[in-house]
Amino acid sequence: MRSYLDKVLAIVGKDVASELRTREVLSSMFVFAVLVIVVFNFAFELNVENNEAVAPGVLWVAIIFAGMLGLNRSFISEKDRGCMEGLLLCPVDRSAIYVGKMLGNLLFMLTMEAIVLPIFAAFFNLSVFDPKLLLVVLLGTIGFAAVGTLFAAVAVHTRTREVMLPILLLPVAVPVLVAAVKATGEAIARTPPSTPGPWLGVLVGFDVIFLTVAYLTFEYVFQE
Amino acid sequence: MSPEPTVAEVGIPAALFASGVTKRFGHRLVLKGINLSVAPGERIAIFGPNGAGKSTLLRILSTVSSPTTGRVEVDGIDPEQDPREARRRIGVISHYPYLYGDLTARENLRFYGRMYDVPHLDDRITRMATRVGIAARLDDRVDTFSHGMQQRLAMARAVLHDPEVLMLDEPEGGLDQDGLNLLVNLLTEPESGRRRAAIVVTHHLDLGLALSDRVAILVGGRLAFQSTSGELDAASVREHYSRHTSPAYASARGGPGK
Repeated sequence: MRSYLDKVLAIVGKDVASELRTREVLSSMFVFAVLVIVVFNFAFELNVENNEAVAPGVLWVAIIFAGMLGLNRSFISEKDRGCMEGLLLCPVDRSAIYVGKMLGNLLFMLTMEAIVLPIFAAFFNLSVFDPKLLLVVLLGTIGFAAVGTLFAAVAVHTRTREVMLPILLLPVAVPVLVAAVKATGEAIARTPPSTPGPWLGVLVGFDVIFLTVAYLTFEYVFQE
Repeated sequence: MSPEPTVAEVGIPAALFASGVTKRFGHRLVLKGINLSVAPGERIAIFGPNGAGKSTLLRILSTVSSPTTGRVEVDGIDPEQDPREARRRIGVISHYPYLYGDLTARENLRFYGRMYDVPHLDDRITRMATRVGIAARLDDRVDTFSHGMQQRLAMARAVLHDPEVLMLDEPEGGLDQDGLNLLVNLLTEPESGRRRAAIVVTHHLDLGLALSDRVAILVGGRLAFQSTSGELDAASVREHYSRHTSPAYASARGGPGK
């Protein structure tokens, strides 16, 4: 177990070290997410009445599409110089590769969100330090990174990988997206519902399902 | 063609063993029943024209790909049963260096060392880097390395975990004469003096002969020729190669890819 964990951490550490040197993933994710928030802010005529209805959707569109940029990059770096094959030659469970790559993607997305959330809160006049909102963002991001890492590994084998990832991923990620938007709506509501909806539980359920399925099926992505 | 008995069955230890290995991609049969045995410390060079299936065979022997039928053993271990133990015994030097350009040479070696559980990793990295002549550039980013320097670093990566079997897939790209000599030296582990078994796939006849004890010629997915020992000189190998890769021979064997 310790050896497994060390290998997972080696993969995460390698991705983080690479990103700290280039800042390719974080900068592109951050700029894209901010642009989405700004564009939506100008596109909709926001006022106090419709703000709560629009904000959750804008936040998750920004997170999902910016996250997709990061997911696309995560396996392309492995394709360069045949590194994916080098990784497959290593005496490690394929699941350790999945967990390592998924944790790296999750870390990059959470870092991007830590910067983007205050900007989002400022544009939409919301409080960002609401623990429930932070919990929803964390759970939604885990679910998206879990299934996104699996499909990024599938898409990287195709020639049109940048196009293929959203085509494969978005239909599958819809349950997480819907649950995250609804749970975010409840979290930022000025008058919280008397009986909270089931969305937080749904989000946790999909996180568990996506993590388990991706963990168990990742091995088959690399079979010819 | 009946498969050869396993190493365990005849009691002879083999570093690498393949029996009845075929590989099919869609309708195309790329490998057509490969039988091959490499004893510990033995080196074999595999020659063949483009599209003969050499790289596919090496991918199967290195456990990256699975055979459609047939079986492979690495040091007596079936990769289907225990892939991690089989992979621990293999080192691969390919025309791809398997290196991360944004990381330094040391970071690359440390990453692979952790993946292979290499003990005393920092010492081993220093020794291997010195051996391949890149010690002075260990803390430089791989992106700044020339192709030849990257190949040297790839050699250090491949032997960092002291593998029993070294697989070389057209490793000569970008290497100068010193680099090629280094490749020959890497086949022996300096600390134990142990000869590694090796499979060398190359178009470079002289290099293949320098690295190997015997040769095989792969044509159209079949091993058309295997020498039993190092009795062949370069001229004989060229003659065998010309004969076995001639269109007349290919058509007599059913042609490539059929």
